[in-house]
Amino acid sequence: MKSLTNLLRQTGAGLRVLLVMTVLLGVLYPLAVWGVTRLPGLRDNAEGSVVRVNETAMGSELIGVDPVDPRAKDNPTADRWFHTRPSATVTDQLGPDDVLPSGGSNKAGDNDDLRKAVEERRGAVAAREQVDPASVPADAVTASASGLDPHISRAYADLQARRVARENGIAEQRVRDLVAEHTRGRALGVLGEPGVNVTTLNLAVQREAKR
Amino acid sequence: MSPTLAGLAQVGLLVVALAVCYRPLGDHMARVYTTDRHWKVERALYRLVRVNPDSEQRWTTYAAGVLGFSFVSIVLLYLLQRLQPLLPLDLGRGAVEPGIAFNTAVSFVTNTNWQSYSPEAVLGHTVQMAGLTVQNFVSAAVGMAVAVALVRGFVRARTDRLGNFWVDLTRGVTRVLLPIAFVAAIVLVALGAVMSLAKGVQITGVDGVQRTLALAPAASQEVIKELGTNGGGIFNANSAHPFENPNAWTNLFEIFLILLIPVALTRTLGSMVGDRKQGYVLLSVMGLLWAALLSVAWWAESHPNGVASLAAGAAMEGKEVRFGIPSTALFAVSTTGTSTGAVNGTHDSLTGLGGGVTLLNMLLGEVAPGGVGAGLYGILVMAVIAVFLAGLMVGRTPEYLGKKLGRREVTAAAIAMLAMPTVVLLGTGVALLLPSTTGALNNPGAHGLSEVLYAYASTGNNNGSAFGGLTVTSDFFQSTLGVAMLLGRFLPILAVLALAGSLAQQRKVPATAGTLPTGSPLFAGMLLGTVVLVAALTFLPALALGPIAEALA
Repeated sequence: MKSLTNLLRQTGAGLRVLLVMTVLLGVLYPLAVWGVTRLPGLRDNAEGSVVRVNETAMGSELIGVDPVDPRAKDNPTADRWFHTRPSATVTDQLGPDDVLPSGGSNKAGDNDDLRKAVEERRGAVAAREQVDPASVPADAVTASASGLDPHISRAYADLQARRVARENGIAEQRVRDLVAEHTRGRALGVLGEPGVNVTTLNLAVQREAKR
Repeated sequence: MSPTLAGLAQVGLLVVALAVCYRPLGDHMARVYTTDRHWKVERALYRLVRVNPDSEQRWTTYAAGVLGFSFVSIVLLYLLQRLQPLLPLDLGRGAVEPGIAFNTAVSFVTNTNWQSYSPEAVLGHTVQMAGLTVQNFVSAAVGMAVAVALVRGFVRARTDRLGNFWVDLTRGVTRVLLPIAFVAAIVLVALGAVMSLAKGVQITGVDGVQRTLALAPAASQEVIKELGTNGGGIFNANSAHPFENPNAWTNLFEIFLILLIPVALTRTLGSMVGDRKQGYVLLSVMGLLWAALLSVAWWAESHPNGVASLAAGAAMEGKEVRFGIPSTALFAVSTTGTSTGAVNGTHDSLTGLGGGVTLLNMLLGEVAPGGVGAGLYGILVMAVIAVFLAGLMVGRTPEYLGKKLGRREVTAAAIAMLAMPTVVLLGTGVALLLPSTTGALNNPGAHGLSEVLYAYASTGNNNGSAFGGLTVTSDFFQSTLGVAMLLGRFLPILAVLALAGSLAQQRKVPATAGTLPTGSPLFAGMLLGTVVLVAALTFLPALALGPIAEALA
């Protein structure tokens, strides 16, 4: 009986502590952090690193969105854009992705369904780029963890450069230069892995094509 | 630079950063939990909640505080989710279903942060902040309080008092977690993470198609998610989502935050017991396990053997290009060696061996270096067992940190040690008996079994990461995984507090020639052997049917 009253008394104290903590940690703390991030220099990051062209939000440099070219519907080789990695958030093997949910396929390396998907993707990419299927790199045929990976490997970007140059009427060397410009190496030379940002690269291609 | 060298340099940077913070943070925490001075704001808080901060508690009262506080936390978090439509910033996401709401409430209160829901679709900003962020802090502070109570059991003599739970809880928040989290959140935004109260931002792509990208107050929750070894993402993809973890810098920073407190707590132990070597011994065991498992996972991810990985040419399914293989392996081993469970890649898509390493890391009892607080009391329990085994071998009464380990102490330690394996094996066994489980699997063969084992290992250890392909929305999984989280959290906590209470009552025994020196490399080896042996004896059959079978196929 005595231990029960003790438990009840402690639970009552627990409720009071929890309410105070909720105000402190659930309201004041996040709002204080939010307030500080209103400062110039932090604000753009806090609101999603949005890239604007003439006031129009064109995308986030952090989020990979696979662009759709209506011309490519019947003829994939007529596609004007660099493409992101496949996303597990779509049923179609090569996108376009749905950007609202995030997540990966959760398929295991020994899963035969995944093997089939990988081979289908390899075939589709090779046909679109008119190259040998063996030259398609691993990141082009696998879905990322987020489904929103903005980066592709340099190899996958190089593979797409010829088609993008042709379909946009830009010199191939110019497109290759743009790929190089939008390639990010390892931070400090050691952190993470190199990659090409598809979102900003496509915007640069669009700008170049309009000239 | 070759990927391997770059990866090694990255690990080196991480270790240096942790080493720099080890002393100042460890000693700071020792002072936080030993000083009798209260801050003014803390006094005001104690007055407001009507607790006397200077009255010390017996272990039973301390435990009643832990249980009572956790109980009201579950109730409040459940209600917040169920009443979501009445809250501001609910983003029109409606009331959360009862099954998900129960599972999520238990999950965040037990420091598990297992997620059976997709946050972008289910939760508004208020539940995230006022519900989940709060539990991210306090569940971590509870873990630290329990660990400190156990250390006091060793330090104190001939008393039945272990300290005041409300004071320990409050100080853990005000003096450790909150200041670090606040600074870290600003740093994370400066490095690129999102912190927005908007629902989303509308974009018009190069193709002219309009889409909406979901936004959230991510940074403030992200940092405490790592610092408090919680792990529940504000987005479904967790730390793989570019808004939570945008680049290699944030990735390393988040791994650093995950390991920071569990590592520094070994220094706190050394300071509090007045023998730093005791802390170094525990740290060396944690570090060895972490390094060994990291090496295996890294090698495995670089040498995949599954048909799909071979067809693709590399194990890049479920990994982000900006992290690649080394940074994904580093995150995976750090998150499963602590009770974090945040992920920057999908663990379900790790190779057979790589996924097996993350599973084993949890099944070792999460002591490499373990959750905030939970890691320290976990390894102390294993140390008690190791000393006891050594005592049996040479026929002496075992002693640890100046206390005799009698029947009561060893029984409590054994209960704390055996609770998790019991929960994991029973849960997995029952789930595998049910025909409906086959339909919940996302992968065939041995990997399917691993998915179920991983689910109970993760919840039983309060980790929260998942082989996410398993469909856990059925009532069976929601409820049994919820129970696994509760038992996996509170059985060990009760046993540890009982152990602390029993130790505190003893007088100190001076070390003699017959005392096993526990500050030596020899004891570190024994402790390492005990941790590995206990896990191997318990889980080898299950591991053989799952990840080992997959790795050898």
